Amino acid sequence: MRSPQTRPKRRGWNWLLLLPFLGLLFPVTYAHAEPALFGLPFFYWYQFAWVIGSAIITGLVFAVTR
Amino acid sequence: MSGGLNVTALAVFCAFFLLVTVLGFFAANWRRGDLSQIGEWGLAGRRFGTLITWFLIGGDFYTAYTVIAVPAAVFGAGAAGFFALPYTILVYPFVFLTMPRLWNVAKKHDFVTPADFVQGRYGNRTLALVIAITGILATLPYIALQLVGMQVVIGAMGVGGSGLARDLPLIIAFIILAAYTYTSGLRAPAMIAFVKDIMIYLTVIVAVIVIPMKLGGFGHIFSAAQAAFDARPATAPKGAVILPPGGAWAFSTLALGSALAAFLYPHTITSVLASAKGNVVRRNAALLPAYTFLLGLIALLGFMAIAAGIKPSTPSMAIPALFLAMFPSWFVGFAFAAIAISALVPAAIMSIAAANLWTRNIYKAYLNPGATPQQESRHAKNVSLLVKIFALGFIVFLPTQYAINLQLLGGVWILQTFPTVICGLYTRWFHHTALTIGWLIAMALGTFAAFARGLTALYPLHLGGFSAVAYIAVEALVVNLVVAAILTPVFDRAGIKRGRDVTAADHYEDPPAPGTVIPTTPLGEPAAV
Repeated sequence: MRSPQTRPKRRGWNWLLLLPFLGLLFPVTYAHAEPALFGLPFFYWYQFAWVIGSAIITGLVFAVTR
Repeated sequence: MSGGLNVTALAVFCAFFLLVTVLGFFAANWRRGDLSQIGEWGLAGRRFGTLITWFLIGGDFYTAYTVIAVPAAVFGAGAAGFFALPYTILVYPFVFLTMPRLWNVAKKHDFVTPADFVQGRYGNRTLALVIAITGILATLPYIALQLVGMQVVIGAMGVGGSGLARDLPLIIAFIILAAYTYTSGLRAPAMIAFVKDIMIYLTVIVAVIVIPMKLGGFGHIFSAAQAAFDARPATAPKGAVILPPGGAWAFSTLALGSALAAFLYPHTITSVLASAKGNVVRRNAALLPAYTFLLGLIALLGFMAIAAGIKPSTPSMAIPALFLAMFPSWFVGFAFAAIAISALVPAAIMSIAAANLWTRNIYKAYLNPGATPQQESRHAKNVSLLVKIFALGFIVFLPTQYAINLQLLGGVWILQTFPTVICGLYTRWFHHTALTIGWLIAMALGTFAAFARGLTALYPLHLGGFSAVAYIAVEALVVNLVVAAILTPVFDRAGIKRGRDVTAADHYEDPPAPGTVIPTTPLGEPAAV
């Protein structure tokens, strides 16, 4: 192992990157029609929301660990 | 669809095609480098910053085939086809964690291909060869499929006939592509990607605003789609707007398996390695989901095609037919040009990546070990031509279904390089012979399972009381990992010598910023396990 001073990165933040996997890999939890948004069933807008959510999480982890 | 030639659409199409052709040749002069070196020709000198990398990976990963096939899958099956969205969401956290490590170690040791890394990490020629061959096998049908995307839009404009006349536009397009890839290397697709991506964004944004307005809103589109699925004869495969519980395993394993496989393909790794530093890759992992959002919108076009009552000859024709029904000819020409150009970027990068693999890991490793960098680069250029001719022949002379089937198998195969390449970025624990045998068994099982199911991606599993229909690539990967894990201690105990690892733990980390004082560390120490 290298000495920890070499890269003082806060690696613990990386665990946040698991959230999109938890949010998306169990479709039974979100395969519903209701509540719909702008005519889009929940199943679809939930996934679109995760596109943005995942990008924000990845960006956050980048910002705090760089 | 009308039978005649759509002259307006064709004229707009040709104008844009001409524009990217000029760009492709001009690209040789862009950020000039010595193109007789493989690192310059094949990786554009590893100098691409955040913006260019964003366009390049976006152009490389979201291909013409994607633009055609994803909405076609939704058109055919509804929600089940939507796994493409979680797939292209989950790929980025994965890229964020793994790809900067690959970039760092590749930069340090001048690795150009994933198989170069495997050779350096495990010091074993057989394993490196196996990884190279898997990469080439998975890439060739993928290139052929880009041609299918092009063929679909050219055909939809009414350019037809029989025999050679039907294929002539495709052949011309590919000769042009081959010529500028030869002269400009990776710089050509990088430059064309700018045009391609802007055109695709415009097309899709217009489509998802205009088409729902014409069809009476999303609420109506989805209820019409559900009604259409319900009206299908009982013999046809059932579609659904909301994923049924029985489809959950297939949905999530397809999403996960595809996400883990996406950046094992040689062409996506080529795009990653062409960036200027690890942080460019990380920043892009946060920015590339913009394309995923776009892909989700493209997937929704599948439902719009159902609601619009499109009756395409094949599902691939659903989106071109929808555009023809909804838009004036000039916009159809623009949209189709966007799709065709979407084929050029990945096809160029894929042929470069396959050529790099062949040249570095087969030609130089086995056939001509003394090759100079100039010979390597010249050889790679020629192979990139051969690869494209092969792909073209595949599409012109064999049924399209062959390419689709092979690409499906390619996805199963490429994921079997995961234990060697991705686990190898973190640990040297696995024995190279155990990895080779795990790969062999998983390749055989995966291929067998796909054929047993009539070349579909899903295989039903029954383990005790548990049963699920899941993605074959993931099932084979589990077998692969288990075999490699069991055999590693066996081979170590049997005293089968491991090769030399030329990498060290800090080669995987970002190099320290200039001016930072770092404690000295002994060189050549084996990586952390």
